[in-house]
Amino acid sequence: MPILDVQSLSKSYRQAGGETTVAIGNITCQVEAGEFVSFVGPSGCGKTTLLMSIAGLLAPSSGRVIVNGKEVSGPPANLVLLFQEYNKSLFAWRSVLGNVRFGLAARGARSTGAAAEDKARELIQLVGLKGFENHYPWELSGGMQQRVAIARALAYEPEVLLMDEPFGSLDALTRLELEDTLLRLWAELKTTILFITHDIEEAIYLSDRIWVLSRRPSQIIQELKSDFSRPRHQVTTRADARFMELRNDIYRQIGNQGAP
Amino acid sequence: MNQAKPFNWLGWSSFASLLLFWEFGARATPKFELYFPPVSRIFSALGQAFAAGSITQHALVTLARFAEGFLLAALLAVLAGVILGYFRFLHSLLATMIELLRPMPSVAIIPVAILLLGIGDGMIVSVTVYASLWPILINTIDGVRNIDATLIDTGRTFGLSRWRILWQIILPGASPFIATGLRIGLSIALILVTTAEMIAGSQGLGFFILDEERAMNSANMYAGIVVVALLGYVLNRLFLMIESRAMKWRHGMIARQAA
Repeated sequence: MPILDVQSLSKSYRQAGGETTVAIGNITCQVEAGEFVSFVGPSGCGKTTLLMSIAGLLAPSSGRVIVNGKEVSGPPANLVLLFQEYNKSLFAWRSVLGNVRFGLAARGARSTGAAAEDKARELIQLVGLKGFENHYPWELSGGMQQRVAIARALAYEPEVLLMDEPFGSLDALTRLELEDTLLRLWAELKTTILFITHDIEEAIYLSDRIWVLSRRPSQIIQELKSDFSRPRHQVTTRADARFMELRNDIYRQIGNQGAP
Repeated sequence: MNQAKPFNWLGWSSFASLLLFWEFGARATPKFELYFPPVSRIFSALGQAFAAGSITQHALVTLARFAEGFLLAALLAVLAGVILGYFRFLHSLLATMIELLRPMPSVAIIPVAILLLGIGDGMIVSVTVYASLWPILINTIDGVRNIDATLIDTGRTFGLSRWRILWQIILPGASPFIATGLRIGLSIALILVTTAEMIAGSQGLGFFILDEERAMNSANMYAGIVVVALLGYVLNRLFLMIESRAMKWRHGMIARQAA
């Protein structure tokens, strides 16, 4: 049984003028436990809407989402969505430690006391922020802030982690670093990850499988496997001839759709 | 914000000069003594009033009314503000009323309060609550409405109940606005307590000041004014101290953004 089962999901909006915009056409897909799967598509293809619907933050217009055998009607308990805008999603009034503790508390675990503190510190170390426990988010760089958001999400111990272009607003080098951090955490914690990006190479580098999305209304055009050996390496994996082939293949599919 | 500011010599010496000018000016013109008694006389009147304990008594009464009124207003306004900020429909329902009542000078409500509640503590506290409520309410509503949707969605995706989102995200998220409202509300509460005491008190600093004026004891009247001024200064200072502790994260954030 897949851990995440999206069945004929569609979402349309009624616009101010009374017109209806279809953001998500008809998406059906399954993710197995422990997989790393990415959606890749052009910007403005409704990727965020799709993820918000899967996360139970938006009600779909039709279709349904099943997480671990249970149909989603609100935000499911074993799933968490990580936003692109870390600066808007972190709690500015909590320290790094406080933000991570929030994740523990939200799961219903003890968030105070020595054991909780150890757990939070361990996660902070795991994302590479040891020594910054008592800093406030705004004292950190963008990449570090997104690391805090990742640690906070992991503290919640979700079975499924949804990530909405999490590295989209970071500079290129920070981005590569965070990709490797994420892969390391994923291998260690065995969380299922559903990732959204418009960066084709990022999707190939991170994922087991990739779903290429069309322009709005978004639909899955093709499913591709990205079966490069793990652990992956920013230089050697990307230097693989098949990597470039896959990249070009996806690029053609997205690029062939013409202007929106 | 946290470092001690250097002592403002210029400011304090100009204030001291004013007092000196007052002192010698008053001594040089004895026929204005009723209006401007020398500063030294005001302070000796203050000393005597303190020694007799009468002014302390009045100050405590004023302080108690202020505290009761301000705290009650804070509680009510933050609660109502969060609810009105959160529920769009309720806000639309009440927005016009709020916009019409808010600009009205709150002292205008005193006769109504006397009519309904008589002259006593209840009346004075009620008008204090009424007046200091507005800035706290308006700022709380603004603060809640200013919270980014992503922050609320973060709470939701972490499975927080509405109540916990309110308590753990909306309230702290709106706290900088709430603090601003409280600071304004505090000053207004002091104004209203003193004014209401002048109109309908038999105790309190407002009553004391007006009573001494009517008895032509202008030195005592000024002594009362000095105590009210000190009370205002100390309360404001106290508030800023608490605020800068509670809002440490905010001040650092603003300083960082400004840099």
